[in-house]
Amino acid sequence: MSREPFEAIVTRYGPMVLRVCRAVLGPADADDAWSETFLSAMKAYPELRPGSSVEAWLVTIAHRKAIDQWRGRARRAVPVADPSELTEPANGASAHGVPGTWETDLWDALKALPPKQRQSVAYHYLAGLPYAEVASVLGGTAAAARRAAADGIAGLRRTYLTSTTEGAPR
Amino acid sequence: MMTTPPIAGDEEMFAGLPVDDDAAQQRLHARLVAAAAEAGILDVAYCTIDSPVGTLLLAATDEGVVRVAYAVEDHDAVLHQLADRVSPRVLRAPARLDGVAREIDEYFAGRRHAFDVTLDLRLAQGFRRTVLSHLPEIAYGTTASYAAVAAVSGNPKAVRAVGTACARNPLPIIVPCHRVIRSDGVLGQYVGGLEVKRTLLSLEARGHSEVDHRKVGGFRPIPPEKPLEFR
Repeated sequence: MSREPFEAIVTRYGPMVLRVCRAVLGPADADDAWSETFLSAMKAYPELRPGSSVEAWLVTIAHRKAIDQWRGRARRAVPVADPSELTEPANGASAHGVPGTWETDLWDALKALPPKQRQSVAYHYLAGLPYAEVASVLGGTAAAARRAAADGIAGLRRTYLTSTTEGAPR
Repeated sequence: MMTTPPIAGDEEMFAGLPVDDDAAQQRLHARLVAAAAEAGILDVAYCTIDSPVGTLLLAATDEGVVRVAYAVEDHDAVLHQLADRVSPRVLRAPARLDGVAREIDEYFAGRRHAFDVTLDLRLAQGFRRTVLSHLPEIAYGTTASYAAVAAVSGNPKAVRAVGTACARNPLPIIVPCHRVIRSDGVLGQYVGGLEVKRTLLSLEARGHSEVDHRKVGGFRPIPPEKPLEFR
């Protein structure tokens, strides 16, 4: 079975994985997560089953890398029981977004969501995974993933859209 | 006071995000190349360079230069072939090809008559590989016939097989299959096209004017310090 050169995978999916890493971890930590994701993916690439969904595979790796980062942060900070339930503390400094660029308040709005909602939103809306695949990344059912994404979107409508359309400080 | 405009679809929430971030992708790609090389998993590095005979793709493994390809060979197809036959861990990583790229530049400038790079000949096996290993013995600015190459390769009757070996040479220019022509003086086929073969031979004729490149069958002995290292 013919396999694509890994360079083609980086070119095609690199931007998607970066959007997902930025959404899940925030822009500051996204570079590290992206790098670790693609290095792991490249190691495992020869064993990837031909015909499997490359997006879902990459998102699964990125998901684990994000959890590793939260664990690392948790170790450095206050110990917590379940790293996946960790909500990152907001950094305070919230520059106003510039539309059409990566400088956007959307990251802060995403950061305010509970992790499951944020992940469901990122994996479905930014990675384009169907809910069944979002569920296999996150665990749980497709219906639960759909609900978490819907709740996440509702949360973003309340915070991000309101703040950007009215320019109101948060 | 403005009100929140109705949102047609949830996707529009993310419409303000650019799809690509080229600067970040370039930075991250460079970082991936460095990390992969460090981890020993950059199995195939490649780059493309401009040359007087069009864009050339250069590829190298840990062991040496493994592929030189003309644009007519279809670089995408060549990369797929490398993924299939060497390893799918293929990245664009020009730094690993700096040495051979410089030597090819020097060759086209007429300043280099022999290549001094380590080669990985894994894409040619058996008799084809034997044939290729003899081609550097044909000196710069000279030519040899398919029949003469068959003879030094140990099978004088395998003239057609020599033609096939040349046509499938994974390392054209560096392994000089362009110096193999027909016994009747006709240039014969070439992996990069006949025009390219003519260009290379006339380039070498200029750079080596004391040699009559039209003389057919001139088969010069390999120089004492063998310029190419075959594996």
